[in-house]
Amino acid sequence: MKKWECVVCGFIYDEAEGLPEEGIAAGTAWDDVPEDWVCPDCGVGKEDFEMVEI
Amino acid sequence: MNPVVIIGTGLAGFNTVKEFRKLDKETPVVMLTADDGRNYSKPMLSAGFTKEKTADDLCMATPEKVAEQFNVEVRTGIHVAGIDTAAKRVLLPDAHLDYSKLVLALGADTWTPPLEGDAVGKVFSVNDLMDYAKFRAALEGKKTVTILGGGLIGCEFANDLSNGGFEVTLVEPMGRCLPLLLPEAASEAVGQGLADLGVKFCFGPLAKAVQHGEGDALVTELSDGSEITSDVVLSAIGLRPRISMAQEAGLETNRGIITDKTLRTSAEDVYALGDCAEVEGHVLPYVLPLMASARALAKTLAGETTEVSYGVMPVTIKTPACPVVVCPAAHGAEGEWEIEAEGSNVQALFRGKDGNLLGYALTGDAVKEKMKLNKELPAVMP
Repeated sequence: MKKWECVVCGFIYDEAEGLPEEGIAAGTAWDDVPEDWVCPDCGVGKEDFEMVEI
Repeated sequence: MNPVVIIGTGLAGFNTVKEFRKLDKETPVVMLTADDGRNYSKPMLSAGFTKEKTADDLCMATPEKVAEQFNVEVRTGIHVAGIDTAAKRVLLPDAHLDYSKLVLALGADTWTPPLEGDAVGKVFSVNDLMDYAKFRAALEGKKTVTILGGGLIGCEFANDLSNGGFEVTLVEPMGRCLPLLLPEAASEAVGQGLADLGVKFCFGPLAKAVQHGEGDALVTELSDGSEITSDVVLSAIGLRPRISMAQEAGLETNRGIITDKTLRTSAEDVYALGDCAEVEGHVLPYVLPLMASARALAKTLAGETTEVSYGVMPVTIKTPACPVVVCPAAHGAEGEWEIEAEGSNVQALFRGKDGNLLGYALTGDAVKEKMKLNKELPAVMP
């Protein structure tokens, strides 16, 4: 499981936790997060995230 | 065909280009900036120590890289002299540039109250990456920082500089952290979180003057007669939309540059977005509304006139010592706070007369309620 950080605002997407409130189940790999998903804190797209730890 | 001209290469200008290029790869675009044109994210300037990033680390792309990646021309160090909206022309110091459409992505200036003293010139404000580089250089080998202002930026810097090993004293005349955004119980939670990191507070008095002290020290004099001695002073009082260029060009302005929902200003083919814009009365200097605006404006620039809508616009404040998410109620909304507090975990719900949720402030573990509460809130600008 990996974590991905929004380079614009610092929001962390943790694959282990997912975002159940947004319909993304715990354990959802980054690649499986929908392409049109945007950062819940600042609204940028997936391309503005980078991997922060493995 | 004259280019689309964008003044400003901050998040607003950059994201407009990025979104526009998804729709239109051909139309020439010229970006003008007064600074060095490096692409960075402004919110990260108050998280540099926590994330162990220097100014250079925070640079995500050079202007050359941006130009290549998005097939645009980026001109740096350009101070625009004026705009002739009738001739559809941007006036440069020694030339001019005709536009088909013009985008004002000018940002906001930091606002510092008038201070006296012989060291006023040494007071920092951090409003862009170049400021940040100077600020970081000034902190080299230093230990103590005085921060003027306990709002969003002041509290974020207090947390970040503490994480960086600095001793921070924060001055806030309104008597608590984030006084304009949070109810008292939530302010206390944030204040306690920062105090646990070692932040000291001077609540109540205003800073009046900054003087040279012994050696390289700076002495901040407060309105109650007390003094704070520190190595560095940072002003984080507030932001003012940059409107003077628009005013001089005869565009309608109020707090920001006035636009309709398509982000069009009072002049034809001139648009504004981001921290400089007042969109149907809304001045929201945050990334979420900026991104929504960039996406809508990109469509408009590509020929499909599109209104921006703002949904629920929560603001996350980067104080890891006590996380905060706040969704302010509309300006002037009537209602009352309903507060549940347990230590640093505060859930404050702002409800109208009939019990409907109009806004919230969450601290500590209560921030987890954000997504659920967002579903109950009305859109900021449907």
